[in-house]
Amino acid sequence: MQQSVAAAEFLAACALSRVDAVGAFARDGLLSSQEVFTQQLVTGLSNGMIIALIAIGYTMVYGIIELINFAHGDLCMLGAYFALTVVGALGVDQWAGTGGIMGLVMVLVGTAAFCGSLNWSINRLAYRPLRKASKLSLLVSAIGASFILVNLGLFWGGLPMDVFADGTSSAAPKAFPALVSAAPAAQIGDVIYSRTDLLVLCVTLPLMVALTYLVRFTKLGKAMRAVAQNPTGASLMGIDVERVIGASFFIGGSLGGFATVVYSLYNQTVSFQMGYRMGMDAFIAAVLGGIGNLPGAVLGGILIGVIRSMSDGYLEARWTNTVVFGILILILVFRPSGLLGAKLREKV
Amino acid sequence: MDELLGQTEDTDFVVTGLDGSRTRADRFVSLSFRVMIRRTASIVAALTGAAFLLAAAPVFAVQDAPNKKLKIVSSLPQTGSANAQTTSIVNGIKMAIEERGAMVDGFKIEFEAMDDASPQKGNWDGQIESANAKRAIADPAVVGYIGTYNSGAAKISMPLLNKAGLVMVSPGNTAAGLTKPGLGEPNEPAVYRPSGKVSYFRVVPADDIQGAVACEFCRNDLKATKVFILHDRELYGKGIADVFKKTAESTGVEVVGFEGIDAKASNYRSLVTKIRAAAPDVVFFGGTTQTNAAQVLKDLRAGGAKIPFVSPDGTFEKAFIEAAGKDSVTKEQGGVYITFGGVPSEMLTGIGAKFVKSYQAKYGEIPEAYAVYGYEAGCVLLDAIDRAETKDRAAIIAAVAATKDFNGALGTWSFDENGDTSIRTMSINTIEDGAFKFVRTAGGAAKAK
Repeated sequence: MQQSVAAAEFLAACALSRVDAVGAFARDGLLSSQEVFTQQLVTGLSNGMIIALIAIGYTMVYGIIELINFAHGDLCMLGAYFALTVVGALGVDQWAGTGGIMGLVMVLVGTAAFCGSLNWSINRLAYRPLRKASKLSLLVSAIGASFILVNLGLFWGGLPMDVFADGTSSAAPKAFPALVSAAPAAQIGDVIYSRTDLLVLCVTLPLMVALTYLVRFTKLGKAMRAVAQNPTGASLMGIDVERVIGASFFIGGSLGGFATVVYSLYNQTVSFQMGYRMGMDAFIAAVLGGIGNLPGAVLGGILIGVIRSMSDGYLEARWTNTVVFGILILILVFRPSGLLGAKLREKV
Repeated sequence: MDELLGQTEDTDFVVTGLDGSRTRADRFVSLSFRVMIRRTASIVAALTGAAFLLAAAPVFAVQDAPNKKLKIVSSLPQTGSANAQTTSIVNGIKMAIEERGAMVDGFKIEFEAMDDASPQKGNWDGQIESANAKRAIADPAVVGYIGTYNSGAAKISMPLLNKAGLVMVSPGNTAAGLTKPGLGEPNEPAVYRPSGKVSYFRVVPADDIQGAVACEFCRNDLKATKVFILHDRELYGKGIADVFKKTAESTGVEVVGFEGIDAKASNYRSLVTKIRAAAPDVVFFGGTTQTNAAQVLKDLRAGGAKIPFVSPDGTFEKAFIEAAGKDSVTKEQGGVYITFGGVPSEMLTGIGAKFVKSYQAKYGEIPEAYAVYGYEAGCVLLDAIDRAETKDRAAIIAAVAATKDFNGALGTWSFDENGDTSIRTMSINTIEDGAFKFVRTAGGAAKAK
């Protein structure tokens, strides 16, 4: 019930869009418990949508070649460094107006293309030669790829650029410019719907719709589903299995690229270590929703985001990880294949 | 070399106790080491004579060297965002050594800077700190250990070094429990002193003073009646948050929240909502740049909480300003105030001012806040080595402990019976135009001993 109220309020906020910065702590700053709940829900949904977008990349790869792609979180981390480099090279400070939206779209698409190609190349170099090997070799290869990416990030952070503080400290967290201001896009009562919340929604929702369309209604989508079901059968039907696998790596990677730009604009900090937490959250989300299942990954991501937020808000922050993993264990005990997962085949 | 270790028998790898004696276990270790080395050496000799010379050289070189050598090491987190701060500390130590021409009382002083951070953590790593301490203990030439930067790391190396009887001088640890009984856990500080003697000293005032000063500043200058306290769940961060809380409660400031954060979380927006609901006048964060102080600040601002953010010296470094970005630190957004155990480099007088000047001439930049503490730690250690009759580890500990009315870069001060400095001066700083700006001093002058 409260969720639907919040959702309605959120849509109203989107409609109002650019009501300008209403002073913080308006109405003497005391939030009612209803407002606190709504605000926590907004935060949870925003964080959850980002996790969901990354989780899709995990689950797609798993659905097709049954590999837990441990390098996925670190791929997103490199994407953030790429985006920061582009923003630094352009020298923009704040995005406003039509030019700003164009810039945002360019960075989003650029980073998505970068992450997609990188993910495709990792598949080509590190996973494809092991296609006939045991699943365990593939897994170890993924862990290796993850290490390489982390160290690339460490190196990248030391480049002599303004945005990397002239490379004086490569391992330090970098401030990502607040290109989309965190100012409230709308404020209803004391609940703030920030522009970054709006950004998350505006980027993730269309992408999820587009992905659903692609998987359900296009030829490539049909081929992907066929390969996921039975690679040998699919190849007998004249489907180029390797091409389809490559395409899913590209699509999963580029969704991660979109997600990482939104993540960076939302949190305004990037660090070479962030991939671990991103990947971990997304992996839990994918497992929670039923790994290999696309709507499951989205559901799992949003759930993880909301649970985290509610636990931070109503319990103590130090219990949050315990709560998240506790819920994961509970769900896996009663539904071993995840919330929306199909019956498990033999998996790693 | 012999007088250095306070014994006359042949020594290669010998671990001496505090009083220069060797325990049974030490003898066994030393024996097996020697057997090992001899075996290795003979195998190597069988391969090539040249290689044998190389392998054996380190064992005998110290004994035969005409110049008597002593070694000082430092252990600070140099991988990660504390790097700028810790590099300037190392520079400070080097300058202290260079000023004496790397010679003290006829002994040549060598220096090695060790890193106690790992790239995986980007912060201090307990395993590496412990390995550093063990390496320093195993090298008989080492007579002084300068470190650590993080109180949590000190917790690991303090008992090891204390047991081995090697003096430790910290330029950066401020957690009160490390030295002061009754302020930390019940078993502190005895747990860090297995030998029962004080062998750990620090040139920086501890958090019992800093936390109180921070709270007093919130109450008097920021007119806070309600505070929300966050900490990073580390020894240092939680320690200072505890002191802050205690002071707040005893001075009538209401604590509306006290919470430990997950230092690896991507953001703290939901915590910020909780903070907004509690409507405090000030947020205090007990933690460091490395435990996500900048992210907490950014999320406060993004969540619309335009209230002052107060944090301790663990954020008093350029890396914090860089990570926080220029928008979240401005006065219009509520302001950021940082307490520091001492005064910033620009405010130093006398020997301190001279140090800053020569540092600038040598390295081309104003040193980070802790550089002068590195310098002071180096100076006080060298001074003690100079005063020590014999140059063994036990005599040097005694000499450091006897430091009284030392005239250094921080003023004239002494070590008390716990190993703490008598200096109690603190400063409050803020951030303006992307740089730290001194606000005022606090905490009072040096306590007469």
